[in-house]
Amino acid sequence: MRIVDRIRRWLSESPDLLEDAGGIGETRDLPREVMRREQHEADRFLSEGAKSFDRKKFRTVYGILAAASAAILIGVLLTAVAALPRYGVENERMDEVADYYIDHALEDTGAVNIVSGMILDYRAFDTLGESFVLFTALNCVLILLRRDEPGEEGEDDYYDLTHDNILRKAGLVMVPSVILFGFYVMLNGHLSPGGGFSGGAVVGAGLILTAAAFGNAVSARIVTEKTFRILSGTALGFYCLAKSYSFYTGANGIESVVPLGTPGSIFSAGLILPLDIAVGIVVSLTMYGIYRMFRKGSLT
Amino acid sequence: MRNLVYNYEEAVAVVLFGIGFVTLLFHRNLIKKIIGMNIMDTGVFLFLASMGYVKGGSAPIYAENADFYVNPVPAGLVLTGIVVSVSVTAIMLSLAVRLHQRYGTLNLDEIYRIAREKINER
Amino acid sequence: MVFFKIVLLLLLIVCAVSAAFSKRLLASVIIFMAYSLIMSITWILLEAPDLAITEAAVGAGVSGILFLMTLKKIKRTGNEEKEEKDENR
Repeated sequence: MRIVDRIRRWLSESPDLLEDAGGIGETRDLPREVMRREQHEADRFLSEGAKSFDRKKFRTVYGILAAASAAILIGVLLTAVAALPRYGVENERMDEVADYYIDHALEDTGAVNIVSGMILDYRAFDTLGESFVLFTALNCVLILLRRDEPGEEGEDDYYDLTHDNILRKAGLVMVPSVILFGFYVMLNGHLSPGGGFSGGAVVGAGLILTAAAFGNAVSARIVTEKTFRILSGTALGFYCLAKSYSFYTGANGIESVVPLGTPGSIFSAGLILPLDIAVGIVVSLTMYGIYRMFRKGSLT
Repeated sequence: MRNLVYNYEEAVAVVLFGIGFVTLLFHRNLIKKIIGMNIMDTGVFLFLASMGYVKGGSAPIYAENADFYVNPVPAGLVLTGIVVSVSVTAIMLSLAVRLHQRYGTLNLDEIYRIAREKINER
Repeated sequence: MVFFKIVLLLLLIVCAVSAAFSKRLLASVIIFMAYSLIMSITWILLEAPDLAITEAAVGAGVSGILFLMTLKKIKRTGNEEKEEKDENR
């Protein structure tokens, strides 16, 4: 019951969620003494690193060693390259895994695009980890770049480009086409080049352009903090559930209920299309969120 | 040495890696260091992708008129790598912004010096 | 085709060197974005169109924007004359 209550509080954006857990909520207003001690620690760490670094002799030794190590590294790598099989000619048929993917991807996964079938079906676990890497990166940026004092509202005006006529007029044309192209790339991941990552990045770039061209009010209306939480949580959760299901059926030899469909049509390739959409949502929201953190210091 | 000419693509990838490495080692500015790191990343990606290239092969998308395809495995790996590299870049940049807020500069030597001064003040 | 590829690879090296050693930070960020675009053309020549789209959107788009935002934030908070010296390193 406690968990349900917590989730409800999280969704309703209550700020004191983590206060009892001693988490992020508390660090906002640390006592001044603690903060000073931590900064002192950081200073001490840096200056201890500098002690040997500032000596003139150390500098010359560092320079020589660094140049030597770079030269040796490049030399060794170039020797290794010279021993490799010839580029483009002898690479063929030297990889059993790739041969298997090329021969069986269509019947196994139903995806016309082999790369897409590979990263979202054969190696889907990898892609799940990657989505979580992105999500964790967003969280790190969120912790690092939060505004310390709430009074710095004026900072936003400095980045305001909404008075720029060229940007506004170009944005009217560019924003819909960029976002539409992003969705096209995202939804056609199993038929043509593209997929969740590239489509999500394009949609994220479109959202960034919206925020830059039309200002805060418009972009905050499109993506609020609540949609942020709900969408990214749902997408990651859906990915986990869908992949757990397909791993379970695959490991036990059960026929999956998701049909593969005819290759080449848009509703085909089983779970790849919904997974593409989930990954695309996570990627686009993450790109946009990182931009917001850099620009304003808060997600919305 | 002749092989190096045949494997020109991989050789260029190694050279890019070296340029990034030198930038990482010799520049004092943190943003330059981050750019160097990104160049190293792309060097590694170029190396991986050119290992998978087969002369005359077509892109790994099923088509009627394709005889054989290039290796799809490096493409998948590099796709993962590109996305991870952008998240690492974001974290490094936000750390740099934090350092700048505290010390007012991005030059590593200056940061060391200011930290020392702050220690001595106490 | 091979000739085009070699020209692109040479351009890559030139861009990498000048991004690493250009005097001003803004210039080196912009050169880095151009580097990413050349890289995405190279991906197409290597028959990896998925990578080309991703590199163009992520390398030239999003991470370039992040670098520019960082530069802007730094200009805003730092004091000006120190920044000039910093940039010339």
